[in-house]
Amino acid sequence: MVREIYQAVADGILVGGVYALMAVGLTLIFGVLDIINIAQGVLVVLGGYLSYSLSTRAHIDLFAGLLITIPAMFALGVVVHWAFIRRLRGAERTSMTLLVTYAVALIVEGVLYKIYGANNVQLSAPYTTASLHVAGFYLPWIYVYGFLLAVALVAAVYLLLYRSRFGRSVRATMANETAARLVGIDTGRVGALTFGIGVAVTAAGGMVFGATNAFNANSGYDLISRLLAIVILGGLGSIAGALAASVFMITLESVVTIWYPTWAIAVFYAALVGVLVIRPRGFFGRKEVRAQ
Amino acid sequence: MIGERGAKAGGLVLLVAAAVAFPLAFPDPAVTNYGVFAMIFVTAASAWNVFSGYSGYISLGHAVFFGSGAYAMGIAARDWNITGAAVFELLPLCAAVGAAIAVPFGLIALRVRRHTFIVITIAIFFIFQLMAFNFSFTGGSAGLSSPFLTWQESVYDTRFYYIALACAAGAVALSWLVRRSSFGLRLRAIRDDEDRASGLGVRAMRVKLSAFAASAGLTATIGAVWFYYVNQVQPQTGFDPLFDLTVVLMTFLGGYGTIAGPVLGALLVEPGTLWLNTQPQLAGASEIVLGVVFLVVVLFVPRGIIPTGGEWIRRLR
Repeated sequence: MVREIYQAVADGILVGGVYALMAVGLTLIFGVLDIINIAQGVLVVLGGYLSYSLSTRAHIDLFAGLLITIPAMFALGVVVHWAFIRRLRGAERTSMTLLVTYAVALIVEGVLYKIYGANNVQLSAPYTTASLHVAGFYLPWIYVYGFLLAVALVAAVYLLLYRSRFGRSVRATMANETAARLVGIDTGRVGALTFGIGVAVTAAGGMVFGATNAFNANSGYDLISRLLAIVILGGLGSIAGALAASVFMITLESVVTIWYPTWAIAVFYAALVGVLVIRPRGFFGRKEVRAQ
Repeated sequence: MIGERGAKAGGLVLLVAAAVAFPLAFPDPAVTNYGVFAMIFVTAASAWNVFSGYSGYISLGHAVFFGSGAYAMGIAARDWNITGAAVFELLPLCAAVGAAIAVPFGLIALRVRRHTFIVITIAIFFIFQLMAFNFSFTGGSAGLSSPFLTWQESVYDTRFYYIALACAAGAVALSWLVRRSSFGLRLRAIRDDEDRASGLGVRAMRVKLSAFAASAGLTATIGAVWFYYVNQVQPQTGFDPLFDLTVVLMTFLGGYGTIAGPVLGALLVEPGTLWLNTQPQLAGASEIVLGVVFLVVVLFVPRGIIPTGGEWIRRLR
């Protein structure tokens, strides 16, 4: 039993890393643009399908394919921001952006369903079936590689935010958009690029998700609700919070699965509700803006 | 301004007459079927608007109440062996179940501000869907079937149409009452600026929670009617994530926070969706169409048809 718990914790941390990658995109978009991107889940699925097509049609390795899918998803994010999000202003902006991203999610889901149908698919490569044996534990290679990829990308996002000129503009915009604009930051451009980056990470997240789970066009709903729970628990707009909450939630789910497989996801959401009763801002949350 | 008032009253009378006469004018059950669903969604959208439209808190968890109403009806009818038209006496019970669920739900979810509220409603929605899947008294993934209703096929749709119409009328009446009352004023003050409203003495939590519970009770009632009309409920149809989306779209299309908005939105969207689903060449495309309509609405008529249309008419004068 103790062994099983260790195994579950190890799985939870590895999978949690991948969720962290997807959640970082979501929380970054929220922090800069004050938008909850409901489409994030289905964009992860889109990322998964892109990798699927590249590997089955063009026989490109899953990890090498990311060199194509990450820029493609980045471009998609910038286009969505340019076409829809940028235009929304005014009092009801929060609800409006929510509806717009929901609409984008519906359209992407509908298109994926049209192209790929309702059957589940899963990405496969030599490393999706083989496992690493360490001290008697079985860690599938894809989990290990996916975790390393997630760590590398989260670190890259972190460096971009805290060690570059662009990152300084992003953080300034997060802190106070009006002030940032007054000191000469092009907040529109920052918003577009942030949305692009937030969506681009779903390409990598989608690939690892698709290699570890069977998925179809509908899988986005399940994903987005988990990701939302994670970013709310971590505190909207907090990258460190997203990391901590992903690992915590996924490990919790993975451990609960040992005893109650059908209730694990309910425990996941119940944890969210429980934490919010005690701390309405989540673990690392900033004080929420006063007036809407 | 007797003219405007008179015109409004006359319009209302005409509208009610048209709604009552609808199944008589189009006796085809397939058409009445569209009418029943339209009325179900008029009720659901108006109920949603009473809370979310007036308070500004977007709930994406109203399917919790819709599904709970359906399940409450199914479970009560099954366990107490109620059959025939007597089941409709259970409707107030279903409303009470919905409102009773809304109280703890609201006490948790309404502590936080708008963004987080949306997400918590989604989380609680998923907990409910999962409970419906996993408990044995809900029938698991097979769901529940309604006891046989001994109504002739020729009157089946018409009777349901009038039941749903009565619910819709009740929802619109509630929406009107809330809007013109001081309670509604407090709700809208919360929507505009919650801190300022609290500062002026509005008991925000109590007001929000009352509106939430009223809205939930109404949604549960129509959920129960829907269950009887379609004869069955499964976890993914009773607790359907698209339900909230559809209701939100209807309300925004017609006019968020207005009385006529959700009604108009439901009358446009629901028959449209039903028609799309019957078109074989569009199989699976209804989501894309819904999404595109959504985008067009948000980008071009962001305040909805009723407020924007009203402005155009005023400008013409």
